[in-house]
Amino acid sequence: MEQIGFLPPKAAVLSRRREIVADLADLLPEGCLVHEPRELVPFETDAFVSYRRVPLAVALPETTAQVAAVLKYCHRYAIPVVPRGAGTSLSGGAIPQEDAVVLGLSKMSRILEVDYANRTAIVQAGVTNLAISDAVSADGYFYAPDPSSQLACTIGGNIGMNSGGAHCLKYGVTTNNLLGVKLVLVDGTVVELGGKALDAPGLDLLGLVCGSEGQLGIVTEATVRLIAKPEGARPVLFGFDSSEEAGACVADIIAAGIIPVAIEFMDKPAIAICEAFAGAGYPSDVEALLIVEVEGSEAEMDDMLRSIIEIARRHGVRVVKESQSATQAALIWKGRKSAFGATGRIADYICMDGTVPLSQLPNVLRGTAEIIERHGLRVANVFHAGDGNMHPLILFDANDPDDAARAEEAGNEILKLCVDVGGCLTGEHGVGIEKRDLMRHQYAEADLAQQMAVRAAFDPQWILNPSKVFPLEGRPAA
Amino acid sequence: MSVIHDPLSEEAAARIILSAAAAGSPLQIRGGGTRTLAQAGGRDILSSANLSGIVAYNPAEMTMTARSGTPLEEIAAALEKHRQMLAFEPLDLRPVLGTGGIPTIGGVFATNASGARRFVAGAARDSLLGVRFVNGAGEIIKAGGRVMKNVTGLDLAKLLAGSRGTLAFLTEVTFRLLPVPEDAATIVVSGLNDAEAAAAMATAMSMTVEVSGAAHLPESVRGRVLGGRLPDGAATVLRLEGLAASVAVRAEKLSAAMASFGAVSVLDAGATAQLWREIRDVQPYADGTARPLWRVSVAPTVGHQLVAALRLETGVDAYYDWQGGLVWLRMEANPEAELVRRYIKALGGGHATLMRASAAAMATTPVLQPQAEAIAALSTRIKEKLDPAGLFPAGW
Repeated sequence: MEQIGFLPPKAAVLSRRREIVADLADLLPEGCLVHEPRELVPFETDAFVSYRRVPLAVALPETTAQVAAVLKYCHRYAIPVVPRGAGTSLSGGAIPQEDAVVLGLSKMSRILEVDYANRTAIVQAGVTNLAISDAVSADGYFYAPDPSSQLACTIGGNIGMNSGGAHCLKYGVTTNNLLGVKLVLVDGTVVELGGKALDAPGLDLLGLVCGSEGQLGIVTEATVRLIAKPEGARPVLFGFDSSEEAGACVADIIAAGIIPVAIEFMDKPAIAICEAFAGAGYPSDVEALLIVEVEGSEAEMDDMLRSIIEIARRHGVRVVKESQSATQAALIWKGRKSAFGATGRIADYICMDGTVPLSQLPNVLRGTAEIIERHGLRVANVFHAGDGNMHPLILFDANDPDDAARAEEAGNEILKLCVDVGGCLTGEHGVGIEKRDLMRHQYAEADLAQQMAVRAAFDPQWILNPSKVFPLEGRPAA
Repeated sequence: MSVIHDPLSEEAAARIILSAAAAGSPLQIRGGGTRTLAQAGGRDILSSANLSGIVAYNPAEMTMTARSGTPLEEIAAALEKHRQMLAFEPLDLRPVLGTGGIPTIGGVFATNASGARRFVAGAARDSLLGVRFVNGAGEIIKAGGRVMKNVTGLDLAKLLAGSRGTLAFLTEVTFRLLPVPEDAATIVVSGLNDAEAAAAMATAMSMTVEVSGAAHLPESVRGRVLGGRLPDGAATVLRLEGLAASVAVRAEKLSAAMASFGAVSVLDAGATAQLWREIRDVQPYADGTARPLWRVSVAPTVGHQLVAALRLETGVDAYYDWQGGLVWLRMEANPEAELVRRYIKALGGGHATLMRASAAAMATTPVLQPQAEAIAALSTRIKEKLDPAGLFPAGW
């Protein structure tokens, strides 16, 4: 199986390992540097577990000043730096390399300020996504982007990948909910981008940094938007006899001008996996399931659901099941959000993240099935249908190298299909190492060169998360 | 006398840029010519006027692709047939600036021009999905795409949004759309002073009624919108949109809550449309004068504090959009740039752009907010990567 490559470790860095560790120890308080080989192992990969590299050291700073000191040092000696939040990246965004210092933000996990009048929270980068909503929930607010890993993943990682989630159909992804960051540039300079004001002067550097996968600087604090929690929310299950009908129904709901908070799709294998895990009451005898969530007052929800059910009936919906209680609603979401974890219990899998124009959903579902069949594999589809963000989970046996190779090849073919119908390689997981070598399928050489040139304006030596996002060949000389 | 280039294609634009670079002759980019985007007098002009037309419109997917020079009016007309709209309500500054020209979709994104819904639905940049542009090296570049979620590589589309013709020549934009709400209403709370209005707006935004516009028009401004038909006294206005039944329910709920602040009345959908258009387009200060006008962006609760502080030192008039976060500040005499920016900084930060003033004042005032040194340096390095020869004006 052809492995995804990493940049070769710099001999000059590896040979100075002891010195570097000693220098970093001077820059950080006690207990903030990991360098014993045994203790480095937990940092060797993230949720893209097929690839592992043990880093040179792991710095766990407690303050922005310490982040700046570490960066300034690494910049001076051209030592690669790989930022890490909770290590939940599905694309290998946090996988280190042998000559890299991992900069982990886990100790910077405080919520610094909650300001309801301005509907903002200022948080450190290591705060988990869910912790923000938990902190403001009792007062009637929440933070909207909700990746499935929200219990573990950090806001810093969310900013790195511009993470989405099930409820982004209505509220947007991270970049639409981010007002400002404190950013440490590669040379250790600290800058503030944005803030509580709704727009910032000059170039939209905040928009550029969000989703840059830790390649433009290290975010240590973020100002995020809070939203008043809706009066009520109600998920409804729709069961269909075919994936195509379900896909067409999604397109029609959107086309009718109705924007629910979420429209999630599961095919039969995904339904079985999630139901076995969560016991959410998903119908077992349908080929495809939609979870459509609406919110508002009881009357508003009734109103909206009436229109949606009417559209679903036109597409031959066979099962319509409204959640009857908060507990049941929570179960429905638990089933959906544990889809990746539950799948991991029955097989190894890789999760694709291509996004396609809505009208292409049925076509791409069909194409995915063909690709999977041709490679003799199995697939479970579970994804954010409302915005065309697909997540085929390709099941394989990691102990069988041939199986693994076919899974990777099938994944690549599916992503190319997504691009070919007008979509993109990744909607919310990021490029990381996983999709790096497919970038030329989506972008022409000049397009990529322009992105790389802008990247180099921030990090001329290419030391920030250097093996990620851009193909290793054809990079500008440092 | 400056030459106006108006290429018919991306390729032609690239050729113009290459020959300008070869001749060392800088260019200024022009969209609809409704305002000057950067001080760059005497440059040859590169206009998008002939790069016009809707390339693709998929109502079912709520996305559109258009050439950058497409008049906004043409886009609005196409959207209206399918009862769709731009979420961010682009503003038309011609009346207040006393300028002509034709607003274009490229100009809208190049200035990130965003109206009342911005504080809940995002700015123009949040609706922008993809761009095509010609950079200063004459290369035709594509960034982003046409799907709602896309984190494939650096988000250069956002970098181009609001870059005001400093980085590259936009040739095509792809953006997302929203359905036009079935109904709309405005709750008017009368007689509040600026501080009371800020509290009322914060309360409204904390409720689950989905306010999509929150503005405060002090008594001095109230009479200059809706033909003076708003009730006497300052007007704090809150917009609700959605399905008719839902708007009615929410209007009742919001009215009840606002009654503790002041006298409440309700505007129907027609008056609502007119009122918010006038607020968006700064109609209250479209007075045919060149009295200095600032567009100030601060934290929503800070807007009224800024105006109160300035009032003690100079003659100002102001009104507030975005729950108080967008202040349209009209000075009595001089721009007082130093004073305005000093108070913004003291109150926690934000920025001020001088939108209008006499020619003399425009020439001597730092029109754009000066940036922190490190950010300005970074911006310059980024510009060098898009416009290595410095063909386009710098703007920060």
